[in-house]
Amino acid sequence: MTTTVPAVQEPTERQGQVPASPWRSAWRRLRRRPIALVGLGLIVFFVLAALLAPVLTAISGHGPTDTDKLAVDRFLGGLPKGSLGGVSSQHWLGVEPGLGHDIFARLLYGAQISLLVAFSAALLITVVGVALGVTAGYFGGKVDMVISRFMDIMMSFPSLIFMIALLSVAKDVNRVLLLIIVMSLFTWPYIARVIRGQTISLKHREYVEAARAGGTSSTRIVLTEILPNLTSTIIVYITLAIPGLIGSEAGLTYLGVGVQPPTPSWGQMIADSELYYKLDPMFFVLPCACLFLVVLGFTLLGDALRDVLDPKGGNG
Amino acid sequence: MIGYLIRRLAGIALTLLVICAVTFTIFYLLPSDPAQAFCGKDCTPDRVAEVRRQMGLNAPLIVQFGRYVLAIFAGRTMGTGSYAVHCDFPCFGYSFQTGLPVWNMITDRLSVSISLAIGSAVLWLGMGLLTGVVSALRKNSWVDRTLMIGTIGAAAMPVYFTAMLLLYFFCAQTNLIPYPRYVDFTADPLAWSQNMLLPWLTLALATAAMYARMTRSSVIETLGEPFVRTARAKGLRERRVVSKHGLRPALTPVVTMLGMDLGGLLAGAVITEQLFGLPGVGKLFADALHKSDQPVVMGVTLVASFFIVTSNLVVDVLYAWIDPRARLS
Repeated sequence: MTTTVPAVQEPTERQGQVPASPWRSAWRRLRRRPIALVGLGLIVFFVLAALLAPVLTAISGHGPTDTDKLAVDRFLGGLPKGSLGGVSSQHWLGVEPGLGHDIFARLLYGAQISLLVAFSAALLITVVGVALGVTAGYFGGKVDMVISRFMDIMMSFPSLIFMIALLSVAKDVNRVLLLIIVMSLFTWPYIARVIRGQTISLKHREYVEAARAGGTSSTRIVLTEILPNLTSTIIVYITLAIPGLIGSEAGLTYLGVGVQPPTPSWGQMIADSELYYKLDPMFFVLPCACLFLVVLGFTLLGDALRDVLDPKGGNG
Repeated sequence: MIGYLIRRLAGIALTLLVICAVTFTIFYLLPSDPAQAFCGKDCTPDRVAEVRRQMGLNAPLIVQFGRYVLAIFAGRTMGTGSYAVHCDFPCFGYSFQTGLPVWNMITDRLSVSISLAIGSAVLWLGMGLLTGVVSALRKNSWVDRTLMIGTIGAAAMPVYFTAMLLLYFFCAQTNLIPYPRYVDFTADPLAWSQNMLLPWLTLALATAAMYARMTRSSVIETLGEPFVRTARAKGLRERRVVSKHGLRPALTPVVTMLGMDLGGLLAGAVITEQLFGLPGVGKLFADALHKSDQPVVMGVTLVASFFIVTSNLVVDVLYAWIDPRARLS
């Protein structure tokens, strides 16, 4: 760790060097927080697990949709054979009751879907939220009124109920894509509102006024003066929005309107495990724990990022 | 204040109308055919056409929408001849599944959702406020840090996990608590609370974390205000400064949040009710969803929106009443 560089050296070092970029200094401050690193570690772990899912399942020897009738006891209602939900050298984390799906493989592919949906939705709400938020904040007047009113109405919708309703009526479409769009539809106003507020305060800074006085076009001002200053806010809000998106995906899938079988997903595993919670507790513990850890990871990191990057918080 | 109220009410009416229109469009533009669903699987094409005519599905969408909205306020006679039934004031139509009026199905289950909402709100307020205040008073100490990391952990905990762990340890392993089944409060208050305990805890744990964090930051902010310094300078005891001067203004944002959360919960905690098999509005919604019972899904969606929008209004009006500055924006 380089954080233990003696303090005395710093002044001399600083004289010779260009001042550290804001990102570098933010990273340095972030690195000093063990909790943020735990969060980052959890995220990296799950992202790697999702990316390496095909490799890892090839090593373990069971795909997510492979069934193994020998690993479950058909005389006991299909409960896994052996202790801890059927953990063995064959099935590293045991098998699902019933068909004997390999839990390890299903968790990995479940991570893929969960993260894919959450990241895509996060990207979509960033694009839409920032575009509309900046437009409303920068141009003000009627544009602002229309966009703000629209955001208010969107935010007064009971989002979970509407997401369920929308997802339940559309039957024969790409579920993952639909899930991403529906989830984004009800989440973008939250980031747009924050961005709008920030843009309004940035708009009146001297350097923006100077650029405007110099005849710079609005597009250029937004792109070169406003957007770069919004980056840290965007990063913080997106990091904090992702756990919510992951939770919504799991919840919608749990209720049966999200990702559909045969695509493996955590929400679906949790819904299936309900029947067996008494007899095979491992089946609910594993997907729930994954969900918990990944949400925890993003919340810990987002929380630390807010302290580190938020200009109001703690640059001092 | 009156002007403010009128402005807000107009806004609410507009929002509800938009919500109504969106809900209506979602359910009537999409491919599924309500007449087919109402009539059942072994229904001749002629019969389906007949049902469609009776349900008024041949009229243009805007007319259908007008009828639907009008029916909510004025009631509506459905069907013709000997099949005619009159659906009274809050008319959301009849369930395809049970044939009962949707409004009655919702009100029948409201008591369960209210029980769940109120009980868990008491629990999460208790836990959240206590944690938040303790954390704020011991700001930046190890107590504060531990509690705040704890709240992040509690907030990250999926409700399914809490629910199934509680069920596993308290019901399956130790038999301390019977498996939750809803008992009406008026029938047996003790059994009611015993059976609702696990659902309350599940919902409260997930929500308390947010309240704790909000209370903490709000109390810290208030304790830095000049009037608290004045109170201290007067020589008041610290306990009194905190309870009398610090806590009261700090709780305003908490009350706002509580109002909105309760409004949302009255419409049913879909997942929690599903997990514990509680027959509340959320369960009604989830069940109707699985059976494609459109009138019920639509009715619950609208009633839920109504609760949420109304509770937002109540909170805002209370807020404006307490704090005149809020009336301007």
